[in-house]
Amino acid sequence: MSSSASAKTAAPASTRAKPANKAEAAADYLDGRLGIYSLAKSNLRKIFPDHWSFMLGEICLYTFIIIILTGVYLTLFFKPSMGEVVYNGSYAPLNGIRMSEAYASTLNISFEVRGGLLIRQIHHWAAIVFVAAMFVHMMRVFFTGAFRKPREINWIFGFLLLFLGFFDGFLGYSLPDDLLSGTGIRFMEGAILAVPLVGTYISFFLFGGEFPGTDIVPRFFTIHVLLIPGVMLGLLVAHLILVFYHKHTQWAGPGRTEKNVVGMPLMPVYMAKAGGFFFLVFGIIAAMSAIASVNPVWAYGPYRPDQVSTDAQPDWYMGFAEGLIRVMPGWEIRAWGHTLNLGVFIPLMLFPLVLVLIAVYPFIESWITGDKREHHILDRPRNAPVRTALGAAWISLYLVLLSGGGNDLIATHFHLSLNDITYFVRAGSFIVPVITYFVTKRWCLGLQRRDKEKVLHGRETGVIKRLPHGEFIEVHAQLPQDKLHTLTSHEQYEPVELPAEVDENGVARKVGLLTKTRAKLSEGYFGEHGQITKPTAEEHHEITSGHGHH
Amino acid sequence: MSQDMSDDKLPQAHGAGEGHGEVAAADNPFADPGLPPHEPRRTDIDERAAKRAERQVSLLFIVSMLATVGFIASYVAIDPAKIVYIFPLGHISALNFALGMTLGVALFCIGAGAVHWARTLMSDVELPAERHPIEADDEVRADVIQQFKTGAGESGFGRRKMIRNTLIGSMALVPLSGVVLLRDLGPLPGTSLDTTAWKEATPTTPIRLINVNTNLPMKAEDIAVGSLTFAKPGPSALRPDGLQESDEDFQQVIAKSALMLIRIQPSDIKDAKSAALGFEGVLAYSKICTHVGCPISLYEQQTHHALCPCHQSTFDLSDGARVIFGPAGHPLPQLKITTDASGYLIATQDFDLPVGPSFWERNA
Ligand code: FES
Repeated sequence: MSSSASAKTAAPASTRAKPANKAEAAADYLDGRLGIYSLAKSNLRKIFPDHWSFMLGEICLYTFIIIILTGVYLTLFFKPSMGEVVYNGSYAPLNGIRMSEAYASTLNISFEVRGGLLIRQIHHWAAIVFVAAMFVHMMRVFFTGAFRKPREINWIFGFLLLFLGFFDGFLGYSLPDDLLSGTGIRFMEGAILAVPLVGTYISFFLFGGEFPGTDIVPRFFTIHVLLIPGVMLGLLVAHLILVFYHKHTQWAGPGRTEKNVVGMPLMPVYMAKAGGFFFLVFGIIAAMSAIASVNPVWAYGPYRPDQVSTDAQPDWYMGFAEGLIRVMPGWEIRAWGHTLNLGVFIPLMLFPLVLVLIAVYPFIESWITGDKREHHILDRPRNAPVRTALGAAWISLYLVLLSGGGNDLIATHFHLSLNDITYFVRAGSFIVPVITYFVTKRWCLGLQRRDKEKVLHGRETGVIKRLPHGEFIEVHAQLPQDKLHTLTSHEQYEPVELPAEVDENGVARKVGLLTKTRAKLSEGYFGEHGQITKPTAEEHHEITSGHGHH
Repeated sequence: MSQDMSDDKLPQAHGAGEGHGEVAAADNPFADPGLPPHEPRRTDIDERAAKRAERQVSLLFIVSMLATVGFIASYVAIDPAKIVYIFPLGHISALNFALGMTLGVALFCIGAGAVHWARTLMSDVELPAERHPIEADDEVRADVIQQFKTGAGESGFGRRKMIRNTLIGSMALVPLSGVVLLRDLGPLPGTSLDTTAWKEATPTTPIRLINVNTNLPMKAEDIAVGSLTFAKPGPSALRPDGLQESDEDFQQVIAKSALMLIRIQPSDIKDAKSAALGFEGVLAYSKICTHVGCPISLYEQQTHHALCPCHQSTFDLSDGARVIFGPAGHPLPQLKITTDASGYLIATQDFDLPVGPSFWERNA
């Protein structure tokens, strides 16, 4: 292309060589306006490492797209209004019943619009999978340490996406104005009223007066379809740009270093796999929606504040908040003419607090390690026992609270006393995470020890050999070099030491509380009980050079 | 804060200073041997296998086309009201099932085809690419900071303190207008949460209790011992027909005024004040849970316990609706009832406490 000889004459058009075909011509056209060649130059063959767990993030992205597509379709038919109508449609059991237009149009979508039910189901299923995938994706990032520098900010973006996903899910659940969703909104009103000082005002401004009024559904609708998705879309784009910019992390292995990324190029392999995966996810969700019905609103009936259906359950991702509210004792403080409803307010505060602790974890850990370097090689969870144990403890807390949120279902299904489950959850919220923490940590250390054993003594072959003097031994096979490398390439920090109590001049040194805390934490993370020291090449050498290693 | 953390506490950076492969292996068995050689797949070496893979991919795409045609056909042909029995799903909408399955297959096969193509026929050679540090080098950093300083200097931002401070002040205040604009979202709460529709009831203008199911006024003898009945406010000065479902504010009124009536043997009532508010053992409690406001609907006649299905707050109705389990913070409000000349149950005043979940201004 660049060899165009006519370049030196003042050519009237471009100096570029003639495009070979129509496609090149089109690309040239776009390049002249958008600069696509420079953009594509380093990206078309950009390398993506391959690991099954990387698809968790893809599921999040694809379900988000599915939610938006189906959501747009639903807005074409849904009437976000609490105006009263008498239902007169093809779902006979509700004929002649008073309900809001929102509920009536939901019934209409489900029974009259052909395919409407399917799209509603896909929308809801995709939302459930979306939040679940975000959860698991976040766990993957957490347990492998992929949140470390330079990715801390992206961790925050991801966290915000999860948080907003919760809320948008809750709002969407509330829109059909059926008995179940109305109960959820009532719950929200109670929670807002529990906020000291401003609770009543927020509640009146949100509902446009007393509960339930006629404004809440249209207001939620705007927030659900416009405000939150808009913010999420922005965050998502930022999240992906950063993923692209940082390039993927990768597992340790032969040929993989902190300074390279090993994998397959975007075009064609990754494009085909990732693009194909979108269709796989969409296809599976469509089939799920054909088979399993979620949220059959017609079965619940329209919302009336004096009625309730017995299995008043939120979607599972709110189950943890529901658990908090169910197991909290009903503490109320009354003084100076005011009521502080701690029984609701404490869970209301704990819910975001537990999440925020996860959001700031990267910063806590990097403060403890004092590590300012970039990290692109993933940690195996066993090699970061304290982090892994903290994550497991958090998950166990989540599960305990989730069982608190479903205490009625557990009670009826397993014939247990509801009260006993609640007492168990109350105690368990404190005890189970601690137990999980210690068990997980020990387990990780055990696995580290086993790795060390394998590196130094090789792998068990199952072959029994009899030595000349009659002893039976099992033959251990040396690991190949790539395995040895993989098993020993993780990093090990040393705990921070406190500076000497007196400085070189014999003057007592002031050690701040923060420094002391940090030393303590660091000792917990990387001290004797926090990790098993890696085998060294010398150790390996010594053992393998001796006779009859076993 | 980090002066006590010298860099020698950090581990060796992974892969630092290692050569490639065999040279290093002699003295360091843990050295990085480098990328393993590529192992060809069946389809890389056997043209017949490659051809088969090609046919499989195309077949998947063809199935997808057929499924899309099936989707359109189902949309046109199947009656939305048709219910079919499909094992093990039970009775489900035929249209929903057909559309979902065909769409699912159409999409899934495109995905499966693409992935199969990528896995069998596209190159699976792993390539390394270099990473570049995210941080700029010192030269760029110094240059940018210099540029910024020049720009900031030219603006005089640091020099003209008055401009700076007033700018900050105006920027801090202007978002307030946004907050103020939200004021008209709703009325101020005032004392509206303290009262219910029963507040109109006085000894001279009582309000009758109307059975929610029959829409008729009730007499004490209509309520059997151990039964649970739900009631709403009857005719009053403001609402001559009583509370009707067709009333514009029905939802709002019922959200606070719904009643739960039970009858307990007077000798079983443990709380004297509660017994006095009732009439011959008939007690009228608010149906709205004091936790976050679900309607209470489960009553156990042996124990006189009422359970809220939302978070299982349990109230002892024989003891002033005291909370005996669960997260509710205070008892259910009770309505003072009696009977009028014709024997119908009436209320002569509002609840003794504000109804529903507690709030900051609540004073009882
Ligand atoms: S609303 Fe009744 S227990 Fe929560």
